[in-house]
Formats: sequence, C-alpha cells, structure tokens
Amino acid sequence: MNNAKPAGGRRDSRVDTFPKLLLRNADIFAGRPAVREKDYGIWQTWSWTESLANVREIAGGLAALGLSRGDKIALVGDNRPHLYWSICAAQSLGAIPVPVYQDSVADEMSFVIDHAEVRIAIAEDQEQVDKLLQIRAKHPRLATIIYKDPRGMRHYAEPGLVGLAELQARGSEYAAANPEFFEIEVAKGKGSDVSVMLYTSGTTGQPKGVMLSYDNVLVTAENAIEFDHLTDQDEILAYLPMAWVGDHIFSYAESYVAGFCVACPESGATVMTDLKEIGPTFFFAPPRIFENILTQVSIRMDDAGWIKRKMFQFFMTHARRAGIAILDGKRVSLVDRFLYWLGGILVYGPLKNVLGLTRMRLGYTAGEAIGPDIFDFYRSLGLNLKQLYGMTETSVFICMQPDGQIKPDTVGIAAPDVEIKIADSGEVLVKSPGVFLNYFKNDKATAETKTPDGWVHTGDAGFFDHDGHLKIIDRAKDVGRLKDGTLFAPKYIENKLKFFSYIKEAVAFGDKHDHVATFINIDLDAVGNWAERQGISYASYQELAAKPEVYELIQSCVEQVNRDLATDEKLAASQIKRFLILHKELDADDGELTRTRKVRRSFVGQRFASLIEALYSGAARAHISTEVTFEDGRKGKIEADLAIREARCVPPTGATALKKAS
Amino acid sequence: MSATTRVIGEVLLKVEGINLSFGGVRALSEVSFDIRKGEIRAIIGPNGAGKSSMLNCINGFYHPQQGSITYKGQPRRQMRPHEAAAQGIARTFQNIALFRGMSTLDNIMTGRLLKMKQNFLMQALYWGPAQREEIAHREHVEKIIDFLEIQAIRKVPVGRLPYGLQKRVELGRALAAEPELLLLDEPMAGMNVEEKEDMCRFVLDVNEEFGTTIALIEHDMGVVMDISDRVVVLDYGRKIADGTPDEVRADQNVIDAYLGVAH
Repeated sequence: MNNAKPAGGRRDSRVDTFPKLLLRNADIFAGRPAVREKDYGIWQTWSWTESLANVREIAGGLAALGLSRGDKIALVGDNRPHLYWSICAAQSLGAIPVPVYQDSVADEMSFVIDHAEVRIAIAEDQEQVDKLLQIRAKHPRLATIIYKDPRGMRHYAEPGLVGLAELQARGSEYAAANPEFFEIEVAKGKGSDVSVMLYTSGTTGQPKGVMLSYDNVLVTAENAIEFDHLTDQDEILAYLPMAWVGDHIFSYAESYVAGFCVACPESGATVMTDLKEIGPTFFFAPPRIFENILTQVSIRMDDAGWIKRKMFQFFMTHARRAGIAILDGKRVSLVDRFLYWLGGILVYGPLKNVLGLTRMRLGYTAGEAIGPDIFDFYRSLGLNLKQLYGMTETSVFICMQPDGQIKPDTVGIAAPDVEIKIADSGEVLVKSPGVFLNYFKNDKATAETKTPDGWVHTGDAGFFDHDGHLKIIDRAKDVGRLKDGTLFAPKYIENKLKFFSYIKEAVAFGDKHDHVATFINIDLDAVGNWAERQGISYASYQELAAKPEVYELIQSCVEQVNRDLATDEKLAASQIKRFLILHKELDADDGELTRTRKVRRSFVGQRFASLIEALYSGAARAHISTEVTFEDGRKGKIEADLAIREARCVPPTGATALKKAS
Repeated sequence: MSATTRVIGEVLLKVEGINLSFGGVRALSEVSFDIRKGEIRAIIGPNGAGKSSMLNCINGFYHPQQGSITYKGQPRRQMRPHEAAAQGIARTFQNIALFRGMSTLDNIMTGRLLKMKQNFLMQALYWGPAQREEIAHREHVEKIIDFLEIQAIRKVPVGRLPYGLQKRVELGRALAAEPELLLLDEPMAGMNVEEKEDMCRFVLDVNEEFGTTIALIEHDMGVVMDISDRVVVLDYGRKIADGTPDEVRADQNVIDAYLGVAH
C-alpha cells in the first residue's frame, strides 16, 4: 500500500484537469485499485497504472481516428470501466465527452447526438450500436461508432464501425509512432477548458447541454471530499446513469481527486447482489432506492417467524430512540448504549450485511425528498446517510448536511464556497465555483438560468430555518393557489403520500381549482404482498389497482395525509378531497417521468386530462384509454374504467389551533 | 441492415423415408429432408403434425420403423439419446425439463457433464485435477450466462423463475454441451412478443457467434419465417413443403394446411 496521502489536501494548481490527475494517481497510488468490474461472474480489478495504460491506448486510438481539440464524443452504455477511461481519454486530447442516457429512446438520443455535434460515439454493445446507426442515417456527422462488446457485431458491414479492442491496438501503434504524445496533449489542457457536457433530462422541452469546466468539476469535487472526509481508502458502486451529473461527480471526479476505487456492477439487474459483494463505503442512491430497500426489508420481516419479528421490532424501536443520537455524537445513557451494542450484534449488523451496507461510512441521497421514517431508519442503524441538494448547473453541490447536524426535513447548510440567497418570489438562487459555463448553443436558456454576475436560478422554492438549514418545499413554478387563495405545494403533498410504502407515485392537482385531487400509483411489491396476506388474488397491476380493498387501503393513507396537513398553518386547506388509483405505472418510456424518474406534471396533466376532468366533475367513475410505448419503440394501448373516491377532510387543527389557544 | 457472410456448409444431417407409428397411429410417413452445416432450419406445421416426433427421432428418443438418418456421413437407425449427445447433438424441450430446485448456474453446469473427465471420487473431494476441471467448466458456463444475459438469476433456483427465463436457462444448458447441432422444440411457445423477440435474437446470435447448426420447431409461422434459412412443413405426419421461407409462404399446400380448405 502506498503511504502517500494527498487526498483531501488543497489542490496542486498545476494538476488542473482529470488526465493530469490520472498521471498523478498512477504515480502515487500506482498499484492500488482504481476501478473494478464484475465480468463472467468474477470481480476484475484495474490499478491506477493499468487505468492509465488503458486511457493512453484509447486516447492513441482516438487520435489516430482524428479526434481533435473541441470535438464532441458521445458515450452510450452502462457504467463500465472502458467508458470511464474513454471519458478521460477524450479529455486528454482536449475533446469534450458527452455521456448519453443509455436507455433513452432513439428520438431523445438522436436529439442529443445531433445537438452536441458528435463525431465519434463509443457504445457498449450491439443494442446501442443499432440505435446509433439509425441516428447516423439522419445525422451523418456521426462518422465513427466504437463498440466495446463485439457480440453480434461480426456481420456488420457498415463503414466507420470500430471495435474497442481494435481501437486500443491502433492506439498502441500510434503511441509507438508518437512517443510522449499523451503527455504533450495532456499538458495542453487547462482548468478553464470545458471538461464535460451533460444533457439535463429536462422536465419540460428539449434537453439542454450543460457545459462544465475542469475548474467547476474539480473544485466542487475537492470541496465535497474535504467536507465529508473521503480518502483513497473508500470505495463506491457506480450504477446510476453515466449521463447524470451525480455519477460523473461521485464515480469519476471524486474518484480521480481522492483516488478511491469505483466498482461497476455486472448488469443493471444485478446491482443489489453486487452491492452486497463490494460493500461500498460511500454510497449514493436516490430516495426511491432507499425506499425500495426498506420496503423489501419490511416485506421480509412481515413474513419472518415470531421471534425474529419481535426481536426486529424491539431493537428497531430502540435504534430509533438511541441510534441517531449515538451517530450524531450526542450524550446517551450507558444502558441505551449497551442495548444498542447488543442490537448491533443481533439485528443491525446482520441487517446491514444483508443489504451490503456494512462498510458504508457515507451515504448521500438527493433528487427528491426522502421520507423522515426512511431517513431515520438508515441513520438509526448507524449509517451516516445525508441529504444533498444540488443540480447539474452547479456541478451538484449546493447544500450539504454536516456530521452531527442532520435533520430529515432540510437539505443542510450551504456547501463550501457556495453562496445562497432567496429571491422575493421564494426561489432559491445560488452562486458557487461549480456554476456552469453555459448551455451549449442555447443562449436564451443560459440567460434565463444564469444572471450575468453568476447567480443560478434553481427553480426551487424554499426558505432557511432558524438554524440556517435550507428547506425546499417545491418547484417554484409548481407552487400554486386554490381558488380560495390557499397555498398549494403539490410536491409537498405528493411526498407525504409517497412516504407510505404502498404508494409509489402520486400526482396532485389543485392550482386554480376548488380543492386538491390526486392520482395515485400503487407500489406493486408492497401492495401485492399486502394483498397476498389478505387473501386477495389478482393477475396484473391493473387488476390489483382497481380492487376495492386496495382503494380502502389507499384511502386510509390519504386520510392520514389530510390529518397531517391539517396541522400545518399554511397548507391546512389544501387537503386531498378526491383521488383515484391509476391503472398503469407512470413510466419514462411513455414520457410521464423524466429519465431520472421525476413526474412530468404538465405532460401527465395533458395525457390524463379526461381523468382530471372526472376528478373535478364529481363523477364516481372515469374511463381512460392510453397509448403505451415499449422499449423498442412499438406502441400499444390499454383501456381502463377507474373508480374515484372521496377522502375525509379534517378541519384545521394543530399549529393554528394551538396558536389561538396560547 | 447487415450483410450476411455466414457460410452454409455441406449436409450435416439427412433423414430419408422416415416412417414412425405408435400402434395404429402413423406419426410420420415417408419424411425426408436434410440439415446443412451452419444453417437455421425450421420444422413447422399445425398441432399434431409430427414435429416433435421428428425431433425425437433425430436425437434418438424414438426409433423409426423405417427410414434412415445419416449424421455427419454416418448412417444409423437406432441411436440412444446419450449417444446422440456424445456426438454433438443437444436439445431443449417443449415442456421445460430443468432441475427446478437447482440454481440457474447448476442447471447449466449439468450441461457440461459429458465434458467432465474426472471420476466421482475426485470430484467429491474437489481436489487437484478435478478442481482445475471444474474451474475451467465454470468459466465456460459463465460465458454462456453472459451470452444469455442471465447474470441476475445466476443463483436463483430455476423453479422460481418466470417461464420465459426458464426457457432461456434451458437453452443455456443445451449450449453448455457445445453442440454442433442444436434442436429447439418450440423455444418461443407461451412467450409474449418481447420474450419472443429476445429469444429470436439469442437463436440468431448462437448461430452467428458459435456457428452452431440449429433445427427448431415452431407452430407460429411469423417468427420462424424471419429467422430461418430453410423451412420444412409437416402436416399429418407428411412433408408437404420444403424450401426457403418465401417459397414455403407461397406454397398452396402450406396455405391450405394452415388456413384449412373446403373439402
């Protein structure tokens, strides 16, 4: 093991790009693992030296293909070492990598490839190559397609198709003919250059290409590493799309800066198994994954024997009381400490082991609000899970939660070097070293998002609490008012609904209406298991969603939310009056969710307009026929007749009532 | 989209004048056709046409009363299934025949049985050459798992898998034997459209990547016409057409057999 530990320290200003960092890492970390991938059932590991050798070869191959400074190169595929190396190889030649969401339908991908003026694309396998060939037919600028996995590619006679192995072989030849070319090219790069272009999935309109410089990405990564004490001993599982800024920062930028190892799962479907095998120390997941894991645990505990169930309940109750305080370094009585220690042996330890979180030192969650119950569950187990607030345009980090001051309903304090102010409209504005350069070929959007003096409009509405922690309530543009003038924050209501394990997704309506009404998507796992225990049989999602018993179950959740809302001074009048359970899951392929799985509110509003009308017309049932898109682009149709239910509303209580009393 | 450069070689298997009956029931009468090396050959026909019986004759489950089967230039009449397997013929079944309590990995591993040389004791002790052998076989099996994209179910007992995946595991087990001739009995029966497309892709990939000759049975015409090189059509135990998908599709006998004809 290497004793040199530069990580966490301030940057050597000469090392201002990722290729330079790679050269540094190959020097100081040398034989330590840089990246792993599970292939043919076995974890393969590449050291920093080997990573450098691969990057050198790919860069040589790309240079031989004529990739020059400023060219854009697209990367399409799951998280793979070769794709991460390709990013660095492109950067070392001064080209700009553009990771693309690999599961996006051909139209979306086509837009990005064309808009970014991509000349060379690196794809994972035949499926992606087929998509790219289709795109090339329309946008011939895309001259060369490189593929990693040769399977099924043997008989492709199209020009401009190159296997990655061949590219690397050409790269070695090129390097032999041009010794030192790599070092020379790398030395030409500087911190103010564009390092990467990331397309935002965009809740509205076409995706926008966010251009981030090395300074943006590097400085934010360094700050975050320092804030949360990451070192070269950490390890992360890279399983979220490479095109998403979070993955780029956590699995690429932070790994290069701190020198920790990135593990790539075998396939999208094996992530949970791979997680268990790798046991990452640093783990990012959007709230829905933490929710899913907890749902799985709850389901399995419900099915467990009496002793196990009682033990689990007892120690989890104790963990909720004492665990979080222990994690936050607060004073806890000796008895509680002892019980927590015992629980660690009997319950928490084995549970963390099953989930693959035994070694987890730092966990982040972001993107959506996480349910306080879910958040506390993980923290009470002693896992340092934190919320994070950020966006692509600020190289992620806006707010972070410092150790010991973590609250479930706020996103923490401003990250290092970040300034935040709240506009009169309630919108959060940010200025930081991570603020993006501009949107590629979209000055109008740049001007709308970024002020000339560098403040970014986040589009989120929020406020600071008395401890200086930021609390986000909703998208600024989504905050509306009911006809009687009551404040209506749809996301706030939806999140409260989604905190129930039975509800996977919810969409609330109410702006300019008399009352609030919602669509609900049930969670097939949780409701399915519940139905099984109730002896309710069903054949499909659609059938289960329409069961009267399921409606009863969901109604009780909705009414609980109403009781919660009743205690809130501002939002008491925005209780849910009517709801229905949708017959299909909202899906990104149908355009109802973004690629990062956020609801596209206006699109859902249009698509299910007839249902919304029924919600406000007082009808007891509504008919709907919707078109669905399969992954290969074919379309089908589903029809359904949905019931609409009324939920009981509660007169405002709690805060308001108490205030009047005092 | 892709230019085909596949090589269809000489005749690998030839059946001539096959007659097979069970008591008074004539399952096959006077059926003759051949399968060339490297091709995808489909045997189609309505229910009860004798397709599975034909396949069972080829791999030695049934012994036809008359006719000859020539495999790799060797004529034979009576052959047992294990002899067929040893000569490089592997198959899957219409009703999945996997070990339901065993994992995907173990099921596919059983397909390597004929390639294992070490004796029982050595294997039980997992020692020396037996260990090396098992590691080599496991590597091969992992390649198949990767090929069929079933990494996520590697350790799941097969009985817990959905039908479409079980079919894929069964294909995996057949591939584990590294067959020269692969017999697939209704590989797409009972699948939804998406599963069928996946299976077609795998069948084509097996043929292209490993050069395996494939004979497959289907009663769904549409699927088969897209992927096979030549098609034999059986009806009531008789061969009524033989040729490329286009020829077969235009054949009046075939149209009558599938759509029915007024007598």
